[in-house]
Amino acid sequence: MSEAYTPQELMVAVASREIRDGDLVFVGMRLPILAYAVALTTHAPNARGLFEVGLMRDRPAGAFLGTMGDPPNVAGAVWATRMSNAMALMAQGHVDLGFIGGAEVDRFGNLNTSYVGDHAKPKVKLPGSGGGADIAILSRRWVTSMSHEKRRLVDRVSFVTSPGHGDGSRGWRERNGLLGGGPVAIITTLCVFRFPEGGGEAYLDSVHPGHTVADVRAETGWDVKEASNVGMTAPPTESELDEIRRRSEELT
Amino acid sequence: MAGAIERFVPDGSTVAMGTALEPLIPFAAGHEMIRQRRRDLELVGPISDALFDQLIGAGCVRRVTAAWVGNVSEGLGQCYRRACEQGIPRELEVFDHTNFSISLALWAAAWNVPSLPTRTLLGSDILRTNPNLSLGFGLVHVGAVRPDVAVIHVQRADAMGRAHAWGPLGISEEAGLAADRVIVTCEELVDSDITLSDPNRILLPETKVVAVVHEPGGAHPSPVQGYFKRDHAFYRDYAEQSRTADGFAAWLNRWVFEVPDRATYLSRTDAVPLRIRGHRYSAPADFGHE
Repeated sequence: MSEAYTPQELMVAVASREIRDGDLVFVGMRLPILAYAVALTTHAPNARGLFEVGLMRDRPAGAFLGTMGDPPNVAGAVWATRMSNAMALMAQGHVDLGFIGGAEVDRFGNLNTSYVGDHAKPKVKLPGSGGGADIAILSRRWVTSMSHEKRRLVDRVSFVTSPGHGDGSRGWRERNGLLGGGPVAIITTLCVFRFPEGGGEAYLDSVHPGHTVADVRAETGWDVKEASNVGMTAPPTESELDEIRRRSEELT
Repeated sequence: MAGAIERFVPDGSTVAMGTALEPLIPFAAGHEMIRQRRRDLELVGPISDALFDQLIGAGCVRRVTAAWVGNVSEGLGQCYRRACEQGIPRELEVFDHTNFSISLALWAAAWNVPSLPTRTLLGSDILRTNPNLSLGFGLVHVGAVRPDVAVIHVQRADAMGRAHAWGPLGISEEAGLAADRVIVTCEELVDSDITLSDPNRILLPETKVVAVVHEPGGAHPSPVQGYFKRDHAFYRDYAEQSRTADGFAAWLNRWVFEVPDRATYLSRTDAVPLRIRGHRYSAPADFGHE
């Protein structure tokens, strides 16, 4: 069965399960676009998607999307508007869940998408926040996903583009005026990390089929805390896989 | 196009572009700036899907004030990387924003106030590195950003500068209102009868618009609702070719310096299958008054 789906397909399925029925979801690029479509056609038919370009949808787009601004995402939208209106909803706490991509994440869920190395003379200049920091600070809860590599899962990020749970102390977000509850999960190619309620350090919640806790430890840049009962991530169901493949068939 | 850029986008200008995010990116206008070898521009935008990367690689840019610079479907901006990491082809100053904060910076300028407060950016290191952001009274104060010129691509406009745009608008309204002047480029140049039939759809006041350029396909490879799909393969090829400075130079020759105008450019693309043929017209709104 391990050959029956790709790590990316599993990540999309896991991400889609973070969406609850009725959620307003701030959808980002690539993986979350697929995850949102999967959630709508499986367990969350009443979830709405909000796109920072200035769109709200109540159903998946009718064709493949390379970006959130592609014409199929606009046709049939329930709202086409300006970006500041989408941000207004998020600033009011109306966005239940956000997705943020990241190049680097640390044990407290802080994301770096700006500078690897010194910001004045960076080793790598990454594209930047986009709407990432806005989602991290203003959405009620959020999820990030990335390829599981030691250079990406680091002890502390050198630059906090999108704050997670800050220094990991309880209540850090509230003390610093951040509105939402912060990251609830890191979905990687090997496993799922979750965070304690109220903030703190990521703990290993489940390991994807075919991988072990030792694999996760070897590829993570901090001493991984484990849940009292580390489970196996449920593989994608047939209906999840069908929807993912139908929507990504044009991706080469 | 050449005349509009020559007259209204001098060296050293602060230029807002790509304000609708992924759609309606005024590539033709940007390429004309490269052809005219503009220098010392400050680029202002939310995300930039490859256009800022191209202007940076061509050496036109002194500073970027934006939330994100790269290639949306392909990832990192290779010219942006070379400029920030190695100073190639020149050093680049970066004022980082988020999508929300760049919108607020433009609204501040549009409303003629020095700054606007927000809760976004609290806890982010962007606060430390962008001198136009400050912390006070538990809020982030986003300093106004006033572009000299905003370049906006739309579906249709009339010769008086009344531009109809539809689909998501991103930060186009605040960018146009904040800017001293607006250049409109359009798929279709239409009579005023059409634009005035729906004044709600007019994006910006005609008093801001200094030039209207009829430039069909002027947003390729970005999408234009009702006109063009996004050319994903073109973005992919650009990402591959711009990996090296030499590869980028060759790309620039083929797609900018060797093409005198947009029609020639389009003849070199596979844009025909990208044209949208399945139309979905909205119902007309009744503006009757007697």
